[in-house]
Amino acid sequence: MKEQAVTHSTFVIERSYPATVQQVFAAFADPAKKRRWFGNDEATEVEEFEIDFRVGGRESRRSRFKADSPFPGQALINQTYYLDIVPDRRIVFAYTMAFGERRFSSSQSTFEFLSDGKGTQLVYTEQAAFFEGADGPKMREEGWRLLLEKLTAELA
Amino acid sequence: MNSRVSIDRVFHALGDPTRRAIVERLSAGPVSVSSLAQPLDMTLAAVVQHLQILERSGLVRTHKAGRVRTCRIKPAGFSLAERWIRDRRALWEKRFDQLGELLNEPEEG
Repeated sequence: MKEQAVTHSTFVIERSYPATVQQVFAAFADPAKKRRWFGNDEATEVEEFEIDFRVGGRESRRSRFKADSPFPGQALINQTYYLDIVPDRRIVFAYTMAFGERRFSSSQSTFEFLSDGKGTQLVYTEQAAFFEGADGPKMREEGWRLLLEKLTAELA
Repeated sequence: MNSRVSIDRVFHALGDPTRRAIVERLSAGPVSVSSLAQPLDMTLAAVVQHLQILERSGLVRTHKAGRVRTCRIKPAGFSLAERWIRDRRALWEKRFDQLGELLNEPEEG
């Protein structure tokens, strides 16, 4: 059996929104607003989503893959812990993702809210640790994805 | 390599059910040639022929260490780590798109 390895990676995403920092920050701090943009996607159905937005607070989301998705019925669990919050300026948190009981990544993430002339610049930095070999069903899917990528590369 | 030749080779490689079964098995991890042959109920020579076709198509790679030859799926050019990061970025980009839509809605009182 392959030895477990941890892969570390950092990436940054920057976005600009025509809204004030207060408005953008509120979309993170207000649970009702957060639920509307975070956690919804075509492949999964959200079952539970608890939010406690404060330093030391946790956020917990459980979703399930839909019948027509690659992993029907599989639970996807996201656990977040808030490390640092400065209103309208910065949010730092740690989060893990798991397929059911199997955690496959852990990250530290930072949101920075910067006022520019026209609105707000949101800077997201994630320092992620991926646990190789831990994401069982995904690994199998990966094999076929590699093939499709190869075909796509050939046909391009 | 001429790209039409390589496409043809990939389709030819995957056009056979035994080779598809081999690829399916390899997608779960590397396997030795002898382990591949067992459940397929065919001679080692026949399996080796299939593997040669898969290797020529660029889908599979084999490596000999001592007396054991191991086969594995040949990565398409991205490492697993690079793909994970790409997927994770894509997830957040989608969320930030949705955030943008929310912020565009008129403020409620």
